[in-house]
Amino acid sequence: MASIATALLDIKQLDLLAHADSPIHRLDPRAKVLVTTLFCISVISFDRYELSAILPFFVFPAAMIARSNLSLSFISKKIALICPFVLIVAIFNPILDRSVGIQFGSYIITSGWVSFCSILVRSILTVGAALILVGVTGFTNICMALEKFGIPQPFTVQLLFLYRYIFVLSEETSRASKARELRSNGTKGLGISSFASMIGGLLLRTWSRADRIQMAMLARGFKGEFHTLKKSSFGSPELLHIAGWSAAFMIMRLINCSQFVGRILLEAIS
Amino acid sequence: MSHHIVAASNLNYCYPDGTTALKEVSFSITHGESVGIIGANGAGKSTLLQLLCGALPATSGRVTIGDFPITKETLPTIRRTVGMVFQNPDDQLFMPTVNDDVAFGPLNLGLRDDALELTVSRALKATGSESLRDKAPYNLSGGEKKRVAIATVLAMSPDILIMDEPTSGLDPFARRQLMTLLNDFRHTKIFTSHDLDMIMELCSRIIILHDGMVVADGTPAELFKKRDLLHQCKLEQPLSMQKCGYCQLMKLI
Repeated sequence: MASIATALLDIKQLDLLAHADSPIHRLDPRAKVLVTTLFCISVISFDRYELSAILPFFVFPAAMIARSNLSLSFISKKIALICPFVLIVAIFNPILDRSVGIQFGSYIITSGWVSFCSILVRSILTVGAALILVGVTGFTNICMALEKFGIPQPFTVQLLFLYRYIFVLSEETSRASKARELRSNGTKGLGISSFASMIGGLLLRTWSRADRIQMAMLARGFKGEFHTLKKSSFGSPELLHIAGWSAAFMIMRLINCSQFVGRILLEAIS
Repeated sequence: MSHHIVAASNLNYCYPDGTTALKEVSFSITHGESVGIIGANGAGKSTLLQLLCGALPATSGRVTIGDFPITKETLPTIRRTVGMVFQNPDDQLFMPTVNDDVAFGPLNLGLRDDALELTVSRALKATGSESLRDKAPYNLSGGEKKRVAIATVLAMSPDILIMDEPTSGLDPFARRQLMTLLNDFRHTKIFTSHDLDMIMELCSRIIILHDGMVVADGTPAELFKKRDLLHQCKLEQPLSMQKCGYCQLMKLI
């Protein structure tokens, strides 16, 4: 069960990154959430066969990582974790779509491969942006920002609780699984049936924990409304961040910058 | 408010599966008393604590806190008066940071700005947890979690502090720190614990539960001498009262 423990450590590490201090870290969470949302919308709004126009969007994660001193290798490793899932989603494109996509002289790249690469690049960009957002803002602040954007409080509170108790539940699962493994004598134990009862047990424990948490909340005067202490200030750095990146995304969305730069280079050479 | 701060009269509790946890439990605890509720596993200690803070409704009988019997109408007042510290601090620390968690209760009481800041700082200082203020609960050790859980309750300024197994899972240093902290709390304290040495040190009175019934109520010095009674209730004398060969030898020397 090392994988659960490792995954847990990774989440904690990502959260700890949010405590660092940098110009990006200091920005109001709302500005960062808004810009990341605009970035993701811009990236996914391209046609499925578009590839060259998406590549300039790498400038956003690169700039964010550079300005916030996040570890590029850490973020890259996390992105690499989701790649197998993306490959499963996109793998049938090259098989099913064999029409001509790009032709370099006698070399032909099918549209299937182009859309496959497009899905992969988009996933890397959007997942990367989301991870960077958590790394420079922290999950809690993201929830607070969502609430300020008008997302209903029950929804954001559910997210906060999920984030708080994912650690407790993962540790419980890890312990239960280790106990099962130790008594399995190197075999599969009782197979899937032992897993089923273990998951059932965990569900019941979660249920009674939820009961106790509610009791603890009521004991401290909870009346259905969640008050928060976070004071946020929305000033000129935030406005500049939003305006600058929105303009950049708009330009990159409307003009194919890769083709534009390529054309200039070709003209300069000829 | 009445001189008798906490009173239970003919309290019965039966779980939905039919298990009777408490039978005709009656006692009254006066202001400033420090009371230990002890008993074997399944004796009904945790159930009794939950009834005292209004977390469970009694099947029959009555709990009175100050002048108010616990009813649906009086529960908000009761919850303001009684601070309950759970056995597992993970059940109590549900907010993203220690600061948010300690401020949760005072915010619900309507405290804001400077008054809130003062209350939170005071509670954290009282438990020696100022340095943990911006930490997330999952990054705390067991002892730190326990201290912060107490801070969350102290921030509500309760008149009565109820704690379920306060020293369980703590190392000797954290246990000693916690006991010093509890000794300084001047209001009414009610504990359940299997740590009889802690009970002996902190409590002026103990109530022994056996099979959901009160079988003895008196001072630790008086009841911990009754070996037969303790044996019948599946308990033992505190380690400090048991005859240790080394201590006997030292006495002889």
